[in-house]
Amino acid sequence: MYRYDTYDQAMVDARVAEFRDQAQRRIDGKLTEDQFKPLRLMNGLYLQLHAYMLRVAVPYGTLSGAQMHMLGDIADKYDRGYGHFTTRQNIQYNWIKLEEAGDILADLASVEMHAIQTSGNCIRNISSDHYAGAAADELIDPRPYAELLRQWSSFHPEFSYLPRKFKIAVIASKRDRAAMRLHDIGLEIVRNAAGELGAAFYIGGGMGRTPMVGPLIRDFVPLDQLITYSEAALRVYNRYGRRDNKYKARIKILVHELGKDEYARQVEEEFAHLLEQNVEPPLAELERIKAMFADPAFKPGLPTKADRTDPAFALWMDRNCHAHKTPGYISATISLKPVGGIPGDASADQIRLMARLATQYSFDECRVTHAQNIVLPHVEIGQLHALWQQLDAAGLATPNLDQIDDIIACPGLDYCSLANARSIPVAQQISERFAANGKADAIGELKLKISGCINACGHHHAGHIGILGVDKKGLENYQLLLGGSEAEDTSLGKITGPGFDEAGIVDAVEKATDVYLAQRTDGERFLDTYRRIGMEPFKEALYG
Amino acid sequence: MKILTGNDLKSGAVTWWDGRGWSLNVDDAVDAGDQADAIIARESAAQAVNAAYAIDATRDDAGHVRPAHIKDRVRALGPTVRPDLTLKPADPAAVNWVN
Repeated sequence: MYRYDTYDQAMVDARVAEFRDQAQRRIDGKLTEDQFKPLRLMNGLYLQLHAYMLRVAVPYGTLSGAQMHMLGDIADKYDRGYGHFTTRQNIQYNWIKLEEAGDILADLASVEMHAIQTSGNCIRNISSDHYAGAAADELIDPRPYAELLRQWSSFHPEFSYLPRKFKIAVIASKRDRAAMRLHDIGLEIVRNAAGELGAAFYIGGGMGRTPMVGPLIRDFVPLDQLITYSEAALRVYNRYGRRDNKYKARIKILVHELGKDEYARQVEEEFAHLLEQNVEPPLAELERIKAMFADPAFKPGLPTKADRTDPAFALWMDRNCHAHKTPGYISATISLKPVGGIPGDASADQIRLMARLATQYSFDECRVTHAQNIVLPHVEIGQLHALWQQLDAAGLATPNLDQIDDIIACPGLDYCSLANARSIPVAQQISERFAANGKADAIGELKLKISGCINACGHHHAGHIGILGVDKKGLENYQLLLGGSEAEDTSLGKITGPGFDEAGIVDAVEKATDVYLAQRTDGERFLDTYRRIGMEPFKEALYG
Repeated sequence: MKILTGNDLKSGAVTWWDGRGWSLNVDDAVDAGDQADAIIARESAAQAVNAAYAIDATRDDAGHVRPAHIKDRVRALGPTVRPDLTLKPADPAAVNWVN
């Protein structure tokens, strides 16, 4: 994985010193809150419902054991003993003190981490496939390109004050595990007819109050022009994106209003201009980065099958593990969704345990997934049972990946000052309901996602079942959506009809799954059945 | 009544104007009446509170203050999904107060 060079470390250390000074000046009364707010947001520090919240960047979700361990230590030392893994593959702490924020950033910098550009109208953390570098179905490891984009976008002087925040995802397989087309820019690394590698650019996707699936703007950009094309795409947005209305300021609105063809034409014009300016980083820099993402020393000739005599282990292996590109290895997902738990939350002890397991079993590497789980990407199949035993003892072996209780949920009104309704209690009740009624296993794959407001941090538009919390005359109300997908078959969910109260939404989810169970044909997922039979049977069950 | 709330500058903790200073307990909140803007301006300038604002609330016969909006009730109590981190960790029914 990527390691800082002296320039990286110096930049991050300088930012720590700068923020320490800014925070002290705020405490001393030399800066007003209006002056300080944009400075703290540039360092990921929000003021939320109960305290300051710090969002720490985890580039493309990849962490070393030492980095993960530090995240656990920070939870203990500066917070209340836990952290919350987010849908942008980051981690957030909910109980931060301003007077300690500089110390936290210094601790992060000591393990090559920071909170830079985790907020504000800039290019945010680059996300990617959580199985990158391990998946059997990928063309190449997309992370060197994600890292190149990270370096290009960090402190980019032209793109530090964009009309609105900007999110980029990079994948390199046909299976989309990063919600690529729901990003401002989604890059899919592809091979053209001549066998050359390049990137397809999908631009203008996103969720939020105006969800859109990103259209294909260019089907092939040579990999040695990736930054140049990205710069052109951003430059057109920065020039024409609306700054008069924050709700119309995202690039998706610009692409939609210009039309994708006109937007693409303008990007091509800028691209041609930039190619003459030679803005692409030197190839040597990409090669330097690539070398740090070389495969670990996978052993040849390892057993390719595990002892499955323990049925609980076999179930977990079937549900939570993913095929690896190297025989004898497998990627294991640690679910942070125990029955009735808070999606994405992990205690300091659990975080440190996952760090130790990453070191012991996965070449010192783990990943945060956008679904708020943790992946150990490179586990020997022969050691999988021993790993599972340790996870099971720590309550981290819930076998529910991509099932109805593997719920994505934003912090909602329990923590977030933007939220209109609580997300977490709804997630907990659905999880408990389906654990009690035993239907989760029968239902199989069903991605359920909950947001506590229209900003859609809980990806409700992309849930096979989505739930959106709204404020209805001062009361929490929940709209139900069906038919969304964040995968390669990206689609946006549709609202079923009038919303429900907290108890009603849990019943509504069960009714929707009952329709599916009654109407599915062999092999159909919930999403497939919905797409085949449409909304009406569900509406009839919900409101008839 | 009109009560004032904000956050402590250093800790970020939710605080309530009690007539003389800023309390962690919503029940200490007092009616700021038509002085809300003046108090906020004075206290903010003195760094005694951060991001302060006025909200509607009621006080019941037992003296308990209840903010009108659920968002401020969650702020007053703490996260409903972590009773151990609320201001009333020993009260299993505390969460019901938010609804």
